[in-house]
Amino acid sequence: METCQCEAKWEELDKIIAAHRGRPADLIEVLHQAQELIGYLPRQVQVAIADGLGVSLTEVYSVISFYHHFTVKPKGKYQISVCKGTACYVKGSPEILERLEKELGIKAGDSTDDGKFSLEVVRCLGACGLGPVMTVNKRAHGLLKPDTAVAVLAQYQ
Amino acid sequence: MSTVRLTIDNIPVEVEAGTTILQAAGKAGIHIPTLCYLEGINEIGACRVCVVEVEGARNLMASCVAPVAEGMVVKTNSPRVRTARRLNVELLLSNHKMECPTCIRNLNCELQSLAQELGIRQVRFEGKKGEYPIDDSTPAIIREPDKCILCRRCVAVCEKVQGVKAIAPMGRGFDTVIAPAFQDKLLDIACVECGQCTLVCPVGALYEKDYTNEVWAALADPEKFVVVQTAPATRVSIGQEFGLPPGSINTGQMVAALRRLGFDRVFDTDFTADLTIMEEGSEFIERFTKGGPLPLITSCSPGWIKFMEHFYPEFIPNVSTCKSPQQMFGAVAKTFYAQKAGIDPAKMVVVSIMPCTAKKFECQRPEMRDSGYQDVDYVLTTRELARMIREAGIDFRNLPEEQYDDPLGESTGAAVIFGATGGVMEAALRTAYELITGKTLPALDFNDVRGLTGIKEATVDIEGTKVRVAVAHSLGHARQLLERVKAGEQYHFIEIMCCPGGCIGGGGQPIPTNTEIREQRIKGIYQADVEMPIRKSHENPSIHALYREFLGKPLSETSHHILHTHYTPRGKY
Repeated sequence: METCQCEAKWEELDKIIAAHRGRPADLIEVLHQAQELIGYLPRQVQVAIADGLGVSLTEVYSVISFYHHFTVKPKGKYQISVCKGTACYVKGSPEILERLEKELGIKAGDSTDDGKFSLEVVRCLGACGLGPVMTVNKRAHGLLKPDTAVAVLAQYQ
Repeated sequence: MSTVRLTIDNIPVEVEAGTTILQAAGKAGIHIPTLCYLEGINEIGACRVCVVEVEGARNLMASCVAPVAEGMVVKTNSPRVRTARRLNVELLLSNHKMECPTCIRNLNCELQSLAQELGIRQVRFEGKKGEYPIDDSTPAIIREPDKCILCRRCVAVCEKVQGVKAIAPMGRGFDTVIAPAFQDKLLDIACVECGQCTLVCPVGALYEKDYTNEVWAALADPEKFVVVQTAPATRVSIGQEFGLPPGSINTGQMVAALRRLGFDRVFDTDFTADLTIMEEGSEFIERFTKGGPLPLITSCSPGWIKFMEHFYPEFIPNVSTCKSPQQMFGAVAKTFYAQKAGIDPAKMVVVSIMPCTAKKFECQRPEMRDSGYQDVDYVLTTRELARMIREAGIDFRNLPEEQYDDPLGESTGAAVIFGATGGVMEAALRTAYELITGKTLPALDFNDVRGLTGIKEATVDIEGTKVRVAVAHSLGHARQLLERVKAGEQYHFIEIMCCPGGCIGGGGQPIPTNTEIREQRIKGIYQADVEMPIRKSHENPSIHALYREFLGKPLSETSHHILHTHYTPRGKY
């Protein structure tokens, strides 16, 4: 089984689960809290939640895979979110994403091996006037071109 | 109960409040096409094939979930309805992996029939096709997600009927796939391989692993001596594959067909069903009289056994150590019969015709080799046997009735009822009563344990001793019953069958298999029982001979060696 960076936080996770034991309807809330605590939802965490709430692992994973918010992979130190909402899309965000994927050597949804960057696609950040837009750890960078997007990454080392 | 009046296609209809438009239309004799709908199990309005036009409503309504209302005016066949239905089915076809002529469900596919029914002659859209790999990791069930139309019937059956929850929708939108968590392989998860999903899949996305080629090869090999056994439930279902009414009894034709396919001996699992009663009945009497873990729980159903190993391993001491009749047959064929007939068991191939997909898994269990060889080599479902009969060009309906070969073909009415829920219990009671009391049973039929009620209970008076029994079919009901036992409810003997209705509703049976068809097959089973000259397992003369010549007595050392087994906890993940 994969290793998870959650051993240190297991006690706290147990407390979260204990507060919702045997209550399948609380699944989404527990997933939120667990991801907040650990940063992502590895398999062992999902199994613990399934057992605690009395749901199947299939249901847990089904919910996690439905919502983009939940992730089963650890996030990088810097979380890059490229907007592919309509305005950003027509102003060229697909090219930006493609360039970043090439530059980082990963696909959207993945993290770099050194754990520095993770890349994801989002739909509309509410800054259409600045399109195409991306955020890095919640800080927005607008009016991007593929080259300037790469240059932005240099600020985050 | 208040009633509601409405008109459907200008026909006035009066139905109970809360009825769906689909049900109301059915009552008025109007057919509305459906696809994702599965009565009582999957009523989610997902596929939009059953849409109808309701006067005053802006949008078309999914009739399978829309309740009727007073004064409602419904049109099921307006131009708008027809256009929408066609469009919806066209969209399903636009990304469907269309391999119809080579698909296992060719000519028995609901999507195909629907396209025909709705008159679809072209698909105007070219959708992106899925790229999910086929999962053929298990010996029983194959998942082919690229043919899936996301109707969720399999998910509903696995969750609501079986309580297993092995598969669910993963991801969202266009990328949704019905799969185990993490898209693990079926072999690696707590799937019991019951095949109920293959019965309800409208297309070719979930189906049995087909072993007909292996069996054809064995039949063509002059070195091999190929023996076949037929499960009780197959004789009342095989006819359906050839257009006969569900539940018609075609034992003799099935035997004739198997002989024409080239099997060297045609035997009957019913023989070892009688043997199971001798062993399991004795096991019950021993535990009951001398003290032992009670309730004793039956072990014939391999889907139930795998379920128990995954979810209820604490019941392992309660489960009978008897192998299932299929496995007893394989072990007896390759030992006793091989010796008797002078056949080298290494050259013997044992094939089973089963209503079941889980039997394919069971025969490959490593502990099922007590003859020194794999006791049962290949398991074919009723559907696969029908495929072989068709391929061989055999006119099934006009076959003469033939008899099973001796000695492993002789059986009783107690054996044939193994095919229906409650049957093993009834057969065991017929024998246990007479063995304990030494008296003849006043009445053979135990009606309390028959029928489609989920959990059945009865108290049987055996000369002053009250024996409390319970019967559950479908794993959802099994779970409920086991929870009752854990909560302190006392029973002496429990029968559990994995599939709804018992083996007649098994995952390897002809498609469709629904409640009505299950009822017809159960009727056939009890009719077959009544028609048998002997109706108690302990009166089967060939079983007596087997004990005399080979086993000694029930629960003897030889019996323990070849007819009994053990179980392994498997974990939930």
